Amino acid sequence: MSAPTTSAAKSTSVAKRLRGPRESLFSRAGAMLVMAICTFYFLVPIWWLFVAATKDRSDFISSAPLWFADFNLFQNIADLASYRDGLFFQWMLNSVLYAGAGAAIATLFATMTGYALAKYAFRGRETIFNIILGGVLVPATALALPLFLVFSQVGATNTFWSVFLPSLVSPFGVYLARIYASSSVPDELVEAARIDGSGEVRTFFTVSTRLMMPAMVTIFLFQFVTIWNNFFLPLIMLRDEELFPVTLGLYIWNSQVSQIPEIRALVIIGALLSIIPLIIAFLGLQRFWRSGLGTGALK
Amino acid sequence: MANRIGRAGGALMLVSVLALSACSSGAGTDGGTDAAACAPSEGPVTLNFTTWLPGMEDAVAIWNEKNPDIQVEVQTGPNGNGGTYKNFFNQIEAGNAPDLGQIEYDALPNFRVQDGVVNIADCAGVMDAQDQFIDWTWSQVTFGEDNAVYAIPQDTGPEALFYRADLFEKAGIAIPTTWDEYAEAAKKIRAEGGYITNFSQSDINAFAGLVWQADGQWFQNDGTAWDVTLDSPESAKVAEYWQGLLDDDLVATLPPWTDEWNNGYNSGEVWSWVSAVWGANTITSGAPDTAGNWAVAPMPQWNAGDSAAGNWGGSSTAVLKGSEHPYEAAQFALWLNTDPEALTSMNKTANIYPATKAGGDLPAFSEGLDFYGGQNIYDVFAEAGAQVNPDFTWGPTMTQTYTDVADGFSAAISGSGTLMDALKSGQQKTIDAMKAAAIAVNE
Repeated sequence: MSAPTTSAAKSTSVAKRLRGPRESLFSRAGAMLVMAICTFYFLVPIWWLFVAATKDRSDFISSAPLWFADFNLFQNIADLASYRDGLFFQWMLNSVLYAGAGAAIATLFATMTGYALAKYAFRGRETIFNIILGGVLVPATALALPLFLVFSQVGATNTFWSVFLPSLVSPFGVYLARIYASSSVPDELVEAARIDGSGEVRTFFTVSTRLMMPAMVTIFLFQFVTIWNNFFLPLIMLRDEELFPVTLGLYIWNSQVSQIPEIRALVIIGALLSIIPLIIAFLGLQRFWRSGLGTGALK
Repeated sequence: MANRIGRAGGALMLVSVLALSACSSGAGTDGGTDAAACAPSEGPVTLNFTTWLPGMEDAVAIWNEKNPDIQVEVQTGPNGNGGTYKNFFNQIEAGNAPDLGQIEYDALPNFRVQDGVVNIADCAGVMDAQDQFIDWTWSQVTFGEDNAVYAIPQDTGPEALFYRADLFEKAGIAIPTTWDEYAEAAKKIRAEGGYITNFSQSDINAFAGLVWQADGQWFQNDGTAWDVTLDSPESAKVAEYWQGLLDDDLVATLPPWTDEWNNGYNSGEVWSWVSAVWGANTITSGAPDTAGNWAVAPMPQWNAGDSAAGNWGGSSTAVLKGSEHPYEAAQFALWLNTDPEALTSMNKTANIYPATKAGGDLPAFSEGLDFYGGQNIYDVFAEAGAQVNPDFTWGPTMTQTYTDVADGFSAAISGSGTLMDALKSGQQKTIDAMKAAAIAVNE
């Protein structure tokens, strides 16, 4: 899919640039400058994190913050792996599970809901949609405490489910799925499937989801990042170290730095490792995601 | 369950108005003092214990092995003000708080006022344990009430002066024993290109430790209502002293606990630090290049010949409201904070300095440290611990007070306003916050 598409995209953009009005050198330089500053601004913290993670403790304090001293990255990773029997990797695994499985199921739910709202006319459809839209406006932190009280009632705090279940809903995903379904899944195609004898469920899974794939990837990515970065809900719900996602675990270690300053180095190397899955998710999924948004725009 | 939440909410209001009025009278209206509530449970018991001390599992494992019928499970949270206190209050409201929780002395009055901790005075052995603890730590957990103990003291932070012995000697500056000498030394050190110390804009509890040493009080409870005296004469004396050093650029103002700050000490730019016993470890790991050059002396005094010490930090183990096994929880808390094996374990994993009188005799504190030129620095701290004013009281809204005063201190350091202004506005905001929480305040 990738090779022909990208080259085609390139040739059209070249053609467009030749045909369009020429930008002045000044405005172009200005735009480049703004972009360069932004890029710099976003990349410097990651660069710092990477450099800091390669240093041992005394170099960390005394050497230049943005350049390497002795290269200790692998030693630091080994220290991290041995500290508290590799608890950090348990946290990474938990995060992958919370974010990966949570985002996958949330995507399925959001897609089904959005598709139903787009393709079936029923009483109260707009009301339901508006209520879901209202959900986009409620910040997750505002819901954390009520959720805690609810889970307390059923005795389910400090369990895997107390963090996993609330991640399964994505009002924004429903919104996106509805918009996308109404523009990319033609009614005629659904009709044709029905005439061919396909049931609604089968039509959804065999025909519609394929057309909606770019939207689904987008929803997945958004939800994955949201769950991965979610910190407040686990903070309130979880007490058991074995259940922590990596964000909460690192926060707690960081708050122990005043007791054991040596942990500082582990927090930094841990922070570096914890962003790797996010980078992988973005790089791996971005071409699906971008081409999806692109085709949506052309229509 | 819903009923319970309602009651907790109502109790919160009621207790804050009424309970503290029972402080001096010792009347039994404050709830929680219930002898029957502290009977041993039947059968095996499992207790939950939430803490942020790294490696607490090790100490608990020793207990679990010896007490098959009272098993303790450790749960972890961020440090108190970093989220664990908030969680405790949420859990108390929801009725599923852990049996035991770690609470710092400065936060304990807040739990007391909101009826979040159990009075374990009637549990066997608790009252008798008083003599084992350093006097001022015991008054931190009883609030001077009769027949009341709201937590078992765990660790303390007696203060002393950490200084660069090599630099002081090379520059021919005597180790200051009074604050006047300290200010004189500060001028000489500035002339050498260094700073005598760093003034922290955000560690308000460190500043409170200095006021504590000067015999000042920030909060007092007269039995019916709170007095708030952040601007007391003693407090003003300390604020004006440091304001003078700041005005003359004699102290550094690096943001505390950052790399910059570590580097200030590591590079020899900053020469001394009045800090608590646990600060020893902060310097060791923050300034590794200066190993062997540090030493510890008693805090500078306001009057020559005095021997008062301040305190910075320290926490306790409390039995939280809603625990079904207060007796067992109290037994564990007592053991954890008095047993030599437990104290040694906590010292090893979390650098805890015990609150018991005998704690200072542990083998861990009887050796000279290479980082401090072979000096046994814990002798100095053990002495300081005995010189801390036992009557210092924390207020019920410390988190808020810290934030308000820290805002003012930051402003003072960047040149707008003074430390005294910060204390005055902190004073007013604290009174407002207490009123908003329906806590009686004298004005």
